Amino acid sequence: MACSKVSCTRENLIQPVKEGIGPQNPILCQSLGICSALAVTGYVSTTLVMGAALLFVASLSTLSVSLLRNVTPHRVRLIVQMLVISTLVILVHLFLRAWWFDMSKALGPYVGLIITNCLILGRCEGYAMRNGPVMSFLDGLGSAAGYALVLLAISIIREPLGNGTFLGYNVMGQSFLPVRLIGAAPGAFLAMGIVVWVVSAVWPGLHAAEHPEAH
Amino acid sequence: MPDFSITGVAVIFLAAILTNNILLSKFLGMCSFIAISRNLRTAFGMGISVTFVTFCTAVLNYGIYYGVLVRDAPLCAVDLTYLTFLVLIMVIAGFVQLVEMVIERFSPLLYYNLGIFLPLITVNCAILGVNLLMIDPDRHFGLVQTAAYALGSGLGWLLSICLMAGLRRRLEHADIPRPLQGLGIILIITGLMAMAFMGFAGVADL
Repeated sequence: MACSKVSCTRENLIQPVKEGIGPQNPILCQSLGICSALAVTGYVSTTLVMGAALLFVASLSTLSVSLLRNVTPHRVRLIVQMLVISTLVILVHLFLRAWWFDMSKALGPYVGLIITNCLILGRCEGYAMRNGPVMSFLDGLGSAAGYALVLLAISIIREPLGNGTFLGYNVMGQSFLPVRLIGAAPGAFLAMGIVVWVVSAVWPGLHAAEHPEAH
Repeated sequence: MPDFSITGVAVIFLAAILTNNILLSKFLGMCSFIAISRNLRTAFGMGISVTFVTFCTAVLNYGIYYGVLVRDAPLCAVDLTYLTFLVLIMVIAGFVQLVEMVIERFSPLLYYNLGIFLPLITVNCAILGVNLLMIDPDRHFGLVQTAAYALGSGLGWLLSICLMAGLRRRLEHADIPRPLQGLGIILIITGLMAMAFMGFAGVADL
């Protein structure tokens, strides 16, 4: 059974989710998956959809990779993981195309780019290949949740300042002149830099002391 | 309509390097950008590898996409576009593996210099990103435009990672507040670089 090594207590099950959001946060501590974090955070709605897509793909891919881990030959494991991840991303893409075409248009190529989001491959390779399905599922869920929360923080800064709206509603008043720069590419880098700065100033322990050289 | 003249292709090439830089305006390839931009030599090696793989896979995938996947394609009449992501990423992964084997066999020196980057390239979103952007139905890219766009994008990425590597060498001696060190300052500098590149707007538009 999945929890043969660790007992299935409530704490043990919550642990990986907590780790993903806090001390092991993929963006803040491991700088993984930054591309889409910058690209979709111009609007809160696209951010929420991206976060949901990532929760779906990350949790199910770690689950499937973990279930397949004993029958996957070591040499082709990366290809197997890529196949699992791409299949799940195709599901998300087709779902959005069929039921929410405007959102699919707004996200553009970044739905497809979930495949190369290093966060997912990192969790599959680093955790799911060595752990049981239940724990892997929760680990993927936790990492994706931590990722989604950081994205949300960035988009909450960017949408009101860059566009004067929040979830499409005008919140800054009629006289507010949107700062287009914040909505454009440089604003994404600056907003994310500031979020990283604030978070590591508030929780000094959270930020990895030495930056990892390569992943 | 696609513009097949030399000027049209040159404009796409320049736009891909300067105004539509994949890193600074589309955020692609950020992970390796942050991880590998520590020194100029390795940054340049990674940039060259990315340029090469982007160019080759984009041309290859263009052929596969319009030859097999789209509806009423010459080789397969059935609409297989729902397989696009799967096919693109498998071609990229297979191509990278192939290049690795060829380089290892014929040029050990080059393998020694580029070898460590090749596995990383498969998950570099710049490459899949260019492949996905090129098949964007709103663009109507032909083969020549795709090749120019892919080559320009790769060179644009090379340019920005080399600039960053140069800047980071200076940063080592700078007095940066503790919480801003690492990821924070890199992102802010990249933001400033992106702002500078916005100055190219109007030089060439895609």
